[in-house]
Amino acid sequence: MKKLFLLTVAFVAAPLAAQSTTTNQDLGAPIQEGGEVETVDEGGGLTGSVSFEGNLDDLGIAIPAFAADRDVPTPANANGTGALGRELARVITSDLRNNGLFKPTGPDALPNPSYAEITAPNWSTWSNRGAEMLVQGYVRARADNKLTVGCYLYDMQLKSELVREGWVVGPADWRRAAHKCADLVYSRLTGESPFFDSRIAYIAETGPKGNRTKRLAIMDSDGANHRFITTGRSTALTPRYSPDYKKLVYLSYVDGNPRIYVYDIGTGKQTLVTQSENPTFAPRWSPDGRTILYSMAVGGNTDIYSVPATGGSSKRLTDTPGIDIGGSYSPDGSQIVFESDRSGSQQIYVMDANGGNQRRLTFFGGRAATPEWSPRGDQIAFTRISGDFNVAVMNPQGRNLRVLTSGWQDEAPTWAPNGRIIQFFRTARGSGESGLWQVDLTGENERELPTPVGASDPSWGPILP
Amino acid sequence: MNTRLAASALIVSTIALAACNKRAPEELPPAPEDTSTATPTPTPTQTGPTVGSQSHFTNAVGQVNTVVYFDTDGYDIDAEDSAKLQRQAQYFQQYSNVTFTIEGHTDERGTREYNLALGERRANAAKNYLVSLGIPQSRIRTVSYGKERPVAMGSNESAWAQNRRAATVTVN
Repeated sequence: MKKLFLLTVAFVAAPLAAQSTTTNQDLGAPIQEGGEVETVDEGGGLTGSVSFEGNLDDLGIAIPAFAADRDVPTPANANGTGALGRELARVITSDLRNNGLFKPTGPDALPNPSYAEITAPNWSTWSNRGAEMLVQGYVRARADNKLTVGCYLYDMQLKSELVREGWVVGPADWRRAAHKCADLVYSRLTGESPFFDSRIAYIAETGPKGNRTKRLAIMDSDGANHRFITTGRSTALTPRYSPDYKKLVYLSYVDGNPRIYVYDIGTGKQTLVTQSENPTFAPRWSPDGRTILYSMAVGGNTDIYSVPATGGSSKRLTDTPGIDIGGSYSPDGSQIVFESDRSGSQQIYVMDANGGNQRRLTFFGGRAATPEWSPRGDQIAFTRISGDFNVAVMNPQGRNLRVLTSGWQDEAPTWAPNGRIIQFFRTARGSGESGLWQVDLTGENERELPTPVGASDPSWGPILP
Repeated sequence: MNTRLAASALIVSTIALAACNKRAPEELPPAPEDTSTATPTPTPTQTGPTVGSQSHFTNAVGQVNTVVYFDTDGYDIDAEDSAKLQRQAQYFQQYSNVTFTIEGHTDERGTREYNLALGERRANAAKNYLVSLGIPQSRIRTVSYGKERPVAMGSNESAWAQNRRAATVTVN
């Protein structure tokens, strides 16, 4: 596999020569194939002030087409870098619009700034368009076919630059540069960590309710670069991306029995998570990617085990009669929140990572299932079953319950990399049709994600490496 | 409740359950023809079903006796279930070379992963009962499909009752 190294170079394009140094990140080869990228974070993105003091929902952001220094051919776009610049601005616009926080206006409703204007905005062009913020950028094709993309956020009232960053990407990864720019704008304006430059694994579903085909599939956080991993001949369920995006763990009936496999995206090879005749379910990665949790039924009794991701012997973490299943590590890896019906119904418990100190967290009435620890550590999302199935959050002490959704059957929450948004799948009563949805922590801004066919079991990975 | 009950304990609990059937009337099992879709198509023959084929098994024990049903979140073998499993055991004792699979299923009103474990628990409850009746464990395979393979497509109590099941399928 090709390993890529960071290039720390200043922007040297003529119109940009007056700038101070900035960060260039080489995003390199297609990450969806397991490419590795090293990045440098110069930090300090939240220095300085922003003039806007209203509700971020109402924050107008103008995002005109990114300018090309010259309109030249690129493998990233059949119509050259000029057309690519417009596509970059469209991707950023839809990222921010779908997030529900801002009021972005995209390149199709705006004039096109020249290359020279990218670092010196023509303020009068934008001042009467009702936008408080302006995102400009450029794209340049390099001799090695890679692209340099620069992203600039300006405060219209202050008439000043708030933040800038640049990246070098392979032509297949041009959308990642747009997501990086959307993340830069989002983080600078909200103070939250980024999340757009990330991927999702899920189960694609087709066919009638009684004989549904379930395939493992992956896609970018905005649904682009969609790819089916399995053919659908055997049922696949409950995938999880490894933190480095090189592997997936998931359940497959490929040998006729439900078993957890570790699938290597680069090589296409897959191996059993443990050599056993017993059925295995509910795989999870530790935050450092070194350990896999799985659940195994022996004689009808299901317990949670951990095993090194590279193979080796398993360690049994639970031993109570009943179904102990799932599990989600705290961000520091020291604790595991999991589901058990040892009390008589599904409830949420927490234990130390070695299985010790097991204690119950949920006493709300009704049942509680599929807990997932927020990457920020401050919340646990879960499926609350009380009549209908809804996505809810609570703090790690099991208090401050908040129900975020109101579908007939919403289940299996998964966190955005920044811990501010939750995806889940919603199943319709009767038809059994299901789709991916997301909701933010306010419970507002709920929307369905576009997928080519029916969908379930979303699993949101971290920010791409 | 511990699923790994001793055989004698299972039979005692069966008798106890017979006295107090806790299944609500509206959850009574469905018409039997619905279960046929869950079983493999038998190999047709000119001279009647081959011993050990699904149709031979079904003809011998009766379609209604090939599937046992469970309460919501339950996996107890009640009196009705035990009568069905005793009929199955007679068949498997008579045809001692026949191996078979018990498929455990749940209704759709549960989370996916829990239902996989619950289906396995139900299949094992039926298996344990057959073992207690003298059928060797080595002849019985279990597999859980959780909520992934319903036989009744509705989203109502009647459909869910039909889907909470352990179905016996011969392997030949």
